[in-house]
Amino acid sequence: MKTFVYIDHFKGEVQPASWEAIGLAKKYGTALALVFGADTDEISKAAFEYGADEVIVVDDAALTDYRAEPYASTLSALASSSTPDLILFPTTARTRELAAMSAVDLSTGVLTDLTGFEMNGDQMVATRPIYEGKLLEKTVCSGKPVMATIRGRVFPKPAREAGKTGTLTKGEAKTEALSTVAGYSASESAVNLGDAAVIVSGGRGVSNNPALTPPAGMDEKQAEVWRAQQGFALITDLATLLGGAVGASRAAVDGGYITYAHQVGQTGKVVTPDLYIACGISGAIQHLVGMRNAKLIVAINKDADAPVFKQARYGVVGDLFAIVPALTEAMKKKMGK
Amino acid sequence: MKIIACIKQVPDSEAKVKAEGGQVSWGDAPLVINPFDEYAVEGALQQKEALGGTVTALCVGGESAKDALKHALAMGADDAVLVSDAALNDLDTVGAARVLAAAINKIGGADMVIFGRQTLDNGAGLTPAQTARIIGWPMLGLAGQIKVDGGSVTVERVLEEGRQTVSAKMPVVLSVVQSIGEPRYPSFMGIRKASKATIPIWSLADLSTAAPAPVITRAELMNPPAQEKEVEMITGDSPAEIADKLADKILAEKVL
Ligand SMILES: Cc1cc2nc3c(=O)[nH]c(=O)nc-3n(C[C@H](O)[C@H](O)[C@H](O)COP(=O)(O)OP(=O)(O)OC[C@H]3O[C@@H](n4cnc5c(N)ncnc54)[C@H](O)[C@@H]3O)c2cc1C
Ligand SMILES: Nc1ncnc2c1ncn2[C@@H]1O[C@H](COP(=O)(O)O)[C@@H](O)[C@H]1O
Repeated sequence: MKTFVYIDHFKGEVQPASWEAIGLAKKYGTALALVFGADTDEISKAAFEYGADEVIVVDDAALTDYRAEPYASTLSALASSSTPDLILFPTTARTRELAAMSAVDLSTGVLTDLTGFEMNGDQMVATRPIYEGKLLEKTVCSGKPVMATIRGRVFPKPAREAGKTGTLTKGEAKTEALSTVAGYSASESAVNLGDAAVIVSGGRGVSNNPALTPPAGMDEKQAEVWRAQQGFALITDLATLLGGAVGASRAAVDGGYITYAHQVGQTGKVVTPDLYIACGISGAIQHLVGMRNAKLIVAINKDADAPVFKQARYGVVGDLFAIVPALTEAMKKKMGK
Repeated sequence: MKIIACIKQVPDSEAKVKAEGGQVSWGDAPLVINPFDEYAVEGALQQKEALGGTVTALCVGGESAKDALKHALAMGADDAVLVSDAALNDLDTVGAARVLAAAINKIGGADMVIFGRQTLDNGAGLTPAQTARIIGWPMLGLAGQIKVDGGSVTVERVLEEGRQTVSAKMPVVLSVVQSIGEPRYPSFMGIRKASKATIPIWSLADLSTAAPAPVITRAELMNPPAQEKEVEMITGDSPAEIADKLADKILAEKVL
């Protein structure tokens, strides 16, 4: 079986699930990695090291900034001429668009956010969560190529073999674009929750520490946000120690404690870390659907009846302002840091 | 400014959804407007308020989906259209996009078509870009902010890596995320207006199009494996003691 693996990157940073997709493709045959953009040498090199048999690189100044239309046209043209059986993508904001458009061009369909993939004879069968993960479905695509985006951290990541190389071919860019990129701000502290192995999250509870006295001159709302920032500082300490990312509930985002990029849940991100620590989060269904597939869930909450404990493996009833820093200290000692 | 907001009807997110006899069951939980699409309606209304014009809510679905459209009307949309046809039961996203594209053409004259980010039931997040591709308009996806200046639209896209500012000439297709602002509650007047509204139903014949054959089909429906472990509460006399025990438990799970 011949599979295209689209290597998704933003300003040279590759979404690691792209490598996981190479691993999946290799299980069933050859993996041709597609690298689009400008100055992509490092990415092509990494694609070989992660096991790509071939890299098709489309390096063109017109593709410097990702834009859906030219990227989709470039992909569709390559797929039309070299007829892969399958095109795999990591699931990201960009690939949902790109795959969507290319599927229209190629008269096929896209299976999104896969958590499983198998062959049933000649037929590819994908498993994916639906209804916010309340159900799973197995789906098939009758078009060709089959297009599929895989969920991060579900399929094994191949070991990287330094120095490994393979055939590099150049593809042609389709450059007609319908939009212009004016700029980019990373101000919203780049968070990659989808790829984090550990996530420590804070909810409305992070603002609840009456013992903290905010600086003079703040009104009530400012004082609340200030308190929450002290709470998130403790959460960030723990996350950093564990090499993880900071998540948040929607109440924390709506309260202005932290930016939307951190939000976990139905209208935020669906995450699958190995460890998820929920601090001061009640466990509303819209939050749980975003994190319940974490391997290990720990909940810290003042309220023994908080529904979050039903989803957790370990729970602590207590004040996060006391427990979280104590946990950071304890982990530091035990991990020898 | 003529704006179309595309909305779908889905089971409420509080619903206990289960697989029963190969079918999806949500018991007696209500069907509601897809929560992401409330943001689409909100985004559309914000633009109407800023620039004048009209907002049309558009849905492909069964008769019951009139209620979702009425919610959009109650929020402030000017009119609504339901595309409903017995032949549309097995739509995949490309199929939905083809039907929506035909309806957008029939409504005619739109400057902006606004979508939600994804549906709660299918969760694909593909339909907006597919619709844009089919009608050949630019796609500005995952907008957290929309600004119109003359004939062009600039959005701030909310990506994993940060915010990206992108512009395109109208007409455009947009999808929006939560940062657009909380969906407004239907007003009393809005609810009254919506309850009296007659919503036209268009069939495939009205759109002069055939039912798109699905490319993607479901082979099996499953309940996820039940969670087998009970929660274990960690207690102690001091935060330090609790933290010490909890740290041991976490390390013993070998997830780090
Ligand atoms: C359409 C829709 C989409 C939504 N999408 C999302 C989403 O994507 N993500 C999301 O998270 N929510 C989402 N929600 C909101 C969700 O329903 C809840 O309102 C939200 O998750 C509550 O956040 P919270 O748990 O932080 O706040 P609360 O429910 O207010 O809980 C705060 C918790 O903190 C505890 N606490 C307080 N002080 C302390 C302390 N000092 N130490 C320890 N614990 C303390 C309290 O006991 C309480 O349990 C959505 C809602 C809707 C309607
Ligand atoms: N049947 C439908 N009728 C109207 N709009 C729809 C329909 N299905 C999907 N959409 C729109 O497309 C978005 C993405 O849907 P999906 O690709 O199914 O996740 C939704 O948030 C809606 O805005």
